Amino acid sequence: MAKMRGATVVDTERCKGCGLCIVACPFKVLALSTKNVNQKGYNYAEAVAPDACTGCTSCAIVCPDGCITVYRKKED
Amino acid sequence: MTKEEIIQPENLVYKKPELLNDTPMHYCPGCSHGVVHKLVAEVIAEMGMQEKTIAISPVGCAVFAYKYIDVDWQEAAHGRAPALASAIKRLWPDRLVFTYQGDGDLACIGTGETIHALNRGENITIIFINNAIYGMTGGQMAPTTLLGMKTATCPYGREPALHGYPLKVTEIAATLQGTCYVTRQSVQSVAAILKAKKAIRKAFEYSMQGKGSNLVEIVSTCNTNWRMSPVKANQWMEENMFPFYPLGDLKDNG
Ligand SMILES: Cc1ncc(C[n+]2csc(CCOP(=O)(O)OP(=O)(O)O)c2C)c(N)n1
Ligand code: SF4
Ligand SMILES: [Mg+2]
Repeated sequence: MAKMRGATVVDTERCKGCGLCIVACPFKVLALSTKNVNQKGYNYAEAVAPDACTGCTSCAIVCPDGCITVYRKKED
Repeated sequence: MTKEEIIQPENLVYKKPELLNDTPMHYCPGCSHGVVHKLVAEVIAEMGMQEKTIAISPVGCAVFAYKYIDVDWQEAAHGRAPALASAIKRLWPDRLVFTYQGDGDLACIGTGETIHALNRGENITIIFINNAIYGMTGGQMAPTTLLGMKTATCPYGREPALHGYPLKVTEIAATLQGTCYVTRQSVQSVAAILKAKKAIRKAFEYSMQGKGSNLVEIVSTCNTNWRMSPVKANQWMEENMFPFYPLGDLKDNG
């Protein structure tokens, strides 16, 4: 079966750093930013292991603020 | 494969629902209200009802729901959303009419309106966000607060002798002849969220088919007033809320 590759785009200004996406991801792709905060002062979600993303959309489904956009492509 | 190759419009698999606008939602980080807002927005769009929906927002944390989901809204006085929805649906039978209410709004000050609207079989849907607390006003005990649960107004935990027992409005609703579909769902995981979305869709469809009243309870978190992290609040909900408020359909007469 062809492998699925995924990518997430986080709206970092909308993100409130609740962390629900981090535990929802089966592949530990996301983590909260450690160095930067957004304008509201929240540490935001970012992809720390982007290559592990399969585009399953779990993170985006659980995000209460609709901050995560997900793309998925079959590896050729 | 590079990130740029993956991030292409044809590969898009998930984005913020179109009916949920860009206004930042005022909810606390990790609040269940946001997840349910997304589901409602998705279902309305998938049913093609954007121009034919009238929603009623409550008094409670969801008071500003009308700022976030781009359909027509009316704000009701505290607890009176089902009465307002009844009137609106009778005047506009071709509209999808639903209320969105917290447990303080629905199961305390608005118990009368809720029970009677459901019992009359008004062709509306009630989305009931049960986080077992008054979120907006700072975490006071609600009729739905669990026994033993600590809140600002029962700091030693809810005691039946002093505070009475938690009220299960959804169980009561299932016994009423006017209700068509009565279900209890949650949004703590991907699987639960997908199920809750199906339930909302079903409720909206039955109300449009004129089959009677529909109640979708969503067992929810209020991590701020429960005084725990959003992740911990979901765990606490699974361990403490689900045994008392079990998930699943209580009635489906569709
Ligand atoms: C007539 C009236 N009584 C009391 C209040 C105060 N009040 C505002 S919101 C609320 C309860 C909110 O709790 P809930 O419905 O559970 O919503 P949540 O914030 O938890 O989502 C109360 C008692 C009010 N605004 N109006
Ligand atoms: S107070 Fe509770 S219910 Fe209200 S927005 Fe915050 S977490 Fe949500
Ligand atoms: Mg509440």
